[in-house]
Amino acid sequence: MAKVTMVEAVTMALAHELEHDQDVVVLGEDVGINGGVFRATNGLAQRFGEDRVIDTPLAEAMIAGMTVGMATQGMKPVAEAQFMGFIFPMFEHIVCHAARMRNRTRGRLTCPLVIRAPYGGGIHAPEHHSESIEAMFAHTPGIKVVIPSSPSRAYGLLLAAIRSPDPVLFFEPKRVYHLNKEEVEDDGEEYPLDMCFVIREGTDVTLVTWGAMMKETIEAADALAKQGISAEIIDVATISPLDMDTIHESVAKTGRCVIIQEAAKHCSLSSEIAANLADQGLYDLHAPVKRVTGYDVVMPLFKLEKKYMPSVDRILDKVHQVLEVS
Amino acid sequence: MTTVASFNIDYLQYLTPNGELVGDKKPAIAADFEHLKSIYELMVLTRTFDAKAVALQRTGKLGTYASCLGHEAVHIGIGAAMQEADVFAPMYREYGAQFYRGVKLSEVLLYWGGDERGSDFSGPAHDFPWCVPIATQCTHAAGAALAFKLRGEKRAAVSVVGDGGSSKGDFLEAINAASAFQLPMVLMIVNNQWAISVPRKKQSQGRTLAQKGLAGGLPSIQVDGNDYIAVYTAVKAALKRAYEGKGASVIEAITYRLSDHTTADDASRYRPDDEVENAKQFEPIKRMRKYLTSQGQWNEQLENQLINTCKVEVDAAVEEYLNASQLSVADMFDHMYAEIPHDLAEQKAYAQAMEEKSNG
Repeated sequence: MAKVTMVEAVTMALAHELEHDQDVVVLGEDVGINGGVFRATNGLAQRFGEDRVIDTPLAEAMIAGMTVGMATQGMKPVAEAQFMGFIFPMFEHIVCHAARMRNRTRGRLTCPLVIRAPYGGGIHAPEHHSESIEAMFAHTPGIKVVIPSSPSRAYGLLLAAIRSPDPVLFFEPKRVYHLNKEEVEDDGEEYPLDMCFVIREGTDVTLVTWGAMMKETIEAADALAKQGISAEIIDVATISPLDMDTIHESVAKTGRCVIIQEAAKHCSLSSEIAANLADQGLYDLHAPVKRVTGYDVVMPLFKLEKKYMPSVDRILDKVHQVLEVS
Repeated sequence: MTTVASFNIDYLQYLTPNGELVGDKKPAIAADFEHLKSIYELMVLTRTFDAKAVALQRTGKLGTYASCLGHEAVHIGIGAAMQEADVFAPMYREYGAQFYRGVKLSEVLLYWGGDERGSDFSGPAHDFPWCVPIATQCTHAAGAALAFKLRGEKRAAVSVVGDGGSSKGDFLEAINAASAFQLPMVLMIVNNQWAISVPRKKQSQGRTLAQKGLAGGLPSIQVDGNDYIAVYTAVKAALKRAYEGKGASVIEAITYRLSDHTTADDASRYRPDDEVENAKQFEPIKRMRKYLTSQGQWNEQLENQLINTCKVEVDAAVEEYLNASQLSVADMFDHMYAEIPHDLAEQKAYAQAMEEKSNG
């Protein structure tokens, strides 16, 4: 079994599906001979040919529109948005077409497509390269939105995304791309797209997170453990549709919940989870649900980005607030 | 200074507004009277349907409806030139093309009557549904064309935009994609002179809209969009090119929107009546009738029979539309995903329970 980084796990999953399903094609800007700006498609054009791994003209609306068109005609295109900041020209095709095609044709045409996009801050990138706007997509009915937080989940969830009969937005936290290595077997085993993953079991507080914030969340849990506090960690992974059952079960056990996200606070996924806990889990809670989020500001350029992003200290601050309530 | 490239845009017309056949090389179809008569019949049926649909909207039996009055030749020309295996990516008023391809009249009414089942229409199951976000269908057609090309299938995609849609990025990006990937595709511009209230001249200072295709290196021509023979011939030639792997083409068909934009629009607010009156002398049905009559292929008796059969057929379609089964509240949940997610299933159950409560 190979030890791979998250970006290598993405490449492994793409290669596996290109190998086993002739309907799968990869397309996007620089995904061909260059292997993608983050090397997520490294070697794929050389291995599968330029008809399967397709360099496109520089036109994001066109990439998304053609991806919709190909998907309706029986292919399984996996498009790359080079950065989440460049996804906006694709937005119309995702929201107005991919998300609606099955419903509006009563299933006559469907969109089994994937759009992958690296996202999030923390790598000193230029302007428009560091935002976290996953909630904009999670708000749209008809698509699934998936965010891996480790190499193995990137592999298993991307396989499931490509095989899904419905359109999937697959957002890859680029700060995690080279963060660590994990043993991932290239066995074609997919992970489910309808559940959260309990990463660490605990009894005192539930920490809910996804994407790159898993790193700080685990570090916070380690620090809490040293203080004798047992934190349960949940990786939401598929943020839409949202598996609230796993979160409710955990909160029923711990009675306390802190949600950690890199995205801005207002109308975000943490808002949805907190509202759901207030609606369905209020009597399980011993303390108010707290959120550790990015601020409601334009994502700062990299001189200030660290101060924007939730830190271990900010997580511990909120955890102690919910633990203080007796 | 030297010229590194130069271009021209040709204009194709066979049938004049007076129904006279012109041009040096007359296409064989100009003498295929059985075909032309069936096309004429479909044009009249489409216009009869259109008038009925507007009337249904005016009497509260249909939602907002986009009329196709005056577009019959270009729409049916596109439909007749295509093979069933080709994929059609319409905007939202190309009923003539769709009727030719097997879409039922009642299905068009169902769609504008607020019922998604209208887009699960008869005819080729691979055709795209109506597309309201302007020009986005062009990149969908490009994607379909790329799928055909990658699979080595002799099929093509045909997209339609209006003069307004030719200003949009998706149209221009589709031209570029068609060029870069050498796609089996035909990009139609149905230039009916008006994008709701904005006239053609405000969309672009370009002498033609067809010339936008030249930027992608695509063969691009203008045709008389009120001349069925010209439209059919041009689309057929462009499709032949596509099947032969020679790439995409752009065709600008010049026509005129004789109606309001939709039934929610009042064109008298922005469009002079005399312009509309003037445009009527160029409209497509009259010239086809004149041509067929001049060739001894049509007469008043046939015309009267046709008017009657069209009325009967349209009335039957209206009946079918009005008698469509009721939608249940569950219907809006059932087609969102291949498998309904857990939380959505709960919302569906709640909606059904509330429905039963209010009915009970």
